[in-house]
Amino acid sequence: MAIIPHEKTSCGGLTLHRIQTDKYKTTTVVVQFKARLTKETVTERALLPYVLQSGTVNYTSSKAVRTELEKLYGATLGVDLAKKGDFHVMTFRMDFANEKFLSEDEPLFKKALSLLSEVIMNPKTDGSGFDSSIVDKEKRTMKQRIQSIYDDKMRYSNMRLTQEMFPNEAFGLHIYGEKEEVDGVTAQSLYDYYKKVCAEDEIDLYLVGDLEGVNAEEVVKELFPFQERSDRKSETTEKASLDVEEKEILETQEIKQGKLHMGFRSGVGYADDEYFALQVFNGMFGGFSHSKLFRNVREKESLAYYAASRYESHKGLIIVMSGIEFKNFKKTVDIIKEQLTAMREGDFNEEEMKQTKTMIRNQLLETVDDAKGMVELLYHGVVSQKLRTIEEWLDGVEAVTKEDILAVADKVKLDTVYFLKGEEA
Amino acid sequence: MKTIPFNQLQETLYHQTMDNGLDVYVLPKKGFNKTYATFTTKYGSVDNHFVPLNGSENVQVPDGIAHFLEHKMFEKEDRDVFQDFSKQGASSNAFTSFTRTAYLFSTTQNVMQNLETLVNFVQDPYFSDQSVEKEKGIIGQEIEMYNDNSDWRAYFGVIENMFHHHPVKIDIAGTIESIAKITKESLYTCYETFYHPSNMVLFVVGAVEPNEIMSFVEKNQAAKSYKDQPPIERFFDSEPKTVAEKKKVLPMSVQVAKCLVGFKEPNPGRQGEDLLKHELSINLALDLMFGQSSENYEKLYNEGLIDQSFSYDFTEEEKFGFSIVGSNTSSPDELANRLYEMIQSFKNESVDTDQLERIRKKKIGSFLRALNSPEFIANQFTRYRFNDMDLFEVVPMLESITAKDIEEAMKGHFAEDSFTVCQVVPKG
Repeated sequence: MAIIPHEKTSCGGLTLHRIQTDKYKTTTVVVQFKARLTKETVTERALLPYVLQSGTVNYTSSKAVRTELEKLYGATLGVDLAKKGDFHVMTFRMDFANEKFLSEDEPLFKKALSLLSEVIMNPKTDGSGFDSSIVDKEKRTMKQRIQSIYDDKMRYSNMRLTQEMFPNEAFGLHIYGEKEEVDGVTAQSLYDYYKKVCAEDEIDLYLVGDLEGVNAEEVVKELFPFQERSDRKSETTEKASLDVEEKEILETQEIKQGKLHMGFRSGVGYADDEYFALQVFNGMFGGFSHSKLFRNVREKESLAYYAASRYESHKGLIIVMSGIEFKNFKKTVDIIKEQLTAMREGDFNEEEMKQTKTMIRNQLLETVDDAKGMVELLYHGVVSQKLRTIEEWLDGVEAVTKEDILAVADKVKLDTVYFLKGEEA
Repeated sequence: MKTIPFNQLQETLYHQTMDNGLDVYVLPKKGFNKTYATFTTKYGSVDNHFVPLNGSENVQVPDGIAHFLEHKMFEKEDRDVFQDFSKQGASSNAFTSFTRTAYLFSTTQNVMQNLETLVNFVQDPYFSDQSVEKEKGIIGQEIEMYNDNSDWRAYFGVIENMFHHHPVKIDIAGTIESIAKITKESLYTCYETFYHPSNMVLFVVGAVEPNEIMSFVEKNQAAKSYKDQPPIERFFDSEPKTVAEKKKVLPMSVQVAKCLVGFKEPNPGRQGEDLLKHELSINLALDLMFGQSSENYEKLYNEGLIDQSFSYDFTEEEKFGFSIVGSNTSSPDELANRLYEMIQSFKNESVDTDQLERIRKKKIGSFLRALNSPEFIANQFTRYRFNDMDLFEVVPMLESITAKDIEEAMKGHFAEDSFTVCQVVPKG
């Protein structure tokens, strides 16, 4: 049996993904809206899902929507934004109990999906735009959300690093939108944008849970009647150019620990054959507790509590992060660079490779135990337009050779060193 | 081995107490790739004053030592245990709370081998002067990371306000000054006192066979020579019902202010069913007062006093308990006043039964959702077990709590002089 029993069908204007499993006590629904990330749309798009969940024609306030969710045995509804390569993805996620675990036998599937449909398809409007009092409230909250990035120094440093790496590209934008643009959004302009989203976005709806006896296709067609897309544009992400000069950005705030973030470009993304080698490379470089960064920066030199690298699957980036004392900046950067050199020179053995592959395998299989994680993995295939089963993924990682890793290591290029430090001499 | 079925939930729990007192629980999970195991001692940051094993006088140990010990358990004379796990395809970790220290792994392969590694490494300490010194740099950076974290500072600030003496007010990791005093010897003293099997619980959940786990642990423990240990004597200074400080304001490098308000539980000491009932009653009360479907939430949100970061929680252990409510906010003083007023006025009204039925359903649904997570099951089951409660009694208890139970619990908990405020505000 396949590790993810995934069935995909075209269902009017959206793609339905059905994942039948009886391992959960709840059913999860995820709806993904995908469109290009652009400076012109980033702010409205970042606001839209929050407005939609705040009132519908039949549930006219956030309170009414939340009351209805509680009646459905505490169904949860959440909205989210993400950057996936060159795309700005809006997510609506709902999760509700499977009635077989409840003492009353109350069928929840249709009811829950109807409520989600209300939120997405039937927003509260006044005249020709959204309800303006909802839009005003959500604009206020949105400004606060953007401001609070500054308050989380790790997220702030990540945002600043991305801005510095992509100063003139859409990828440098933050998914929460631009604070200066918020005031310009109106109930009318946002509603026009919503219409465009409904007509043009690429939409994927995932159902995960025990769906035996449920005619999912019929229910989804009825409740989410998006018009069929005329021209399915086959857009993918443009890989970050490798033609860059190394630069260093220093910034000061009143803080106690320095945040060191280093951005590298790899030229390798999810759709590439080298993707598996990139994963193994990253695992050995800074992905796990047996990695070069963890062992050298933390265990050997006691410079940090965390020192790790992670890769971005579509644009082709590797980001290193560590929290250090201000005075150890140069020393830590040097050690991190040395570790990259060691990777390039093949300074690792068979056992480290094997250990890393085992850990990646473990990570993938564990991700699949979680409904949300399963959807995340499958959605990579939509964003990159490269379909891969999890079995192919596991085999791909297993087949990586030392030469493959060296080839990737050779491509990896340092772009920006960003350091947020405190105010001291 | 005892078999405990939960029919409505379609789960079966297996339990066995080993000869040396170690409690082992196994919950098989159908369809999961992952196995998750925790090995937990009833020993946390608050246990800093006790009579050492074989000692006659009580000792006071440095702040942060339980957490320091947790870090040092992974380092052995010849190797690092993280590496053992990762060679066997498992990721391992550990955490220290106020009352527990847990060691854990998760894996999709070599379950028995990883379980052996877990049990053996926790039962075989090795501390040296040199490795203790080295760890001070790493933990020092962990402490600084939390010092810059405004959410953590606000949360800890409000707890600090509540307590005069109780060590729950001490940061779990200690301070750079307090951990400087930790030595190899003090680590061994704590280890020997608190890591006896009779003070610990092993929980395994996932793709496992209960018989295989039990017989493995039985053999493993039988081969180790543990002597029976007398009950551990822990000391806590008597704690007044009132809060120590009414208000604290922390200027930090932030753009958005935060305001948390707290109520200190005036009458802790509950265990077992009493505690379960009280904890769930106060949490139901908080949902009724401040859940996203409540009038209070709607008012505060519409007035711009709170945003999506708004949260609330009540937690109680044997010697202490508290509720905390708060949010990022544009007006921290106004929010503190409004929250206080809302709580006091709600406390004096009777609970609306329709609303209660809805919130009850919501809680039951959330509990089912939580059971999708092996991590939740293992960690929460252990926490409940250390307080003589049973995690699988949550649904029946939720079904039995009445409006009157909630009203009474609120009258006891939300007392005027148990109230305190902590705010983080933009610097300068």
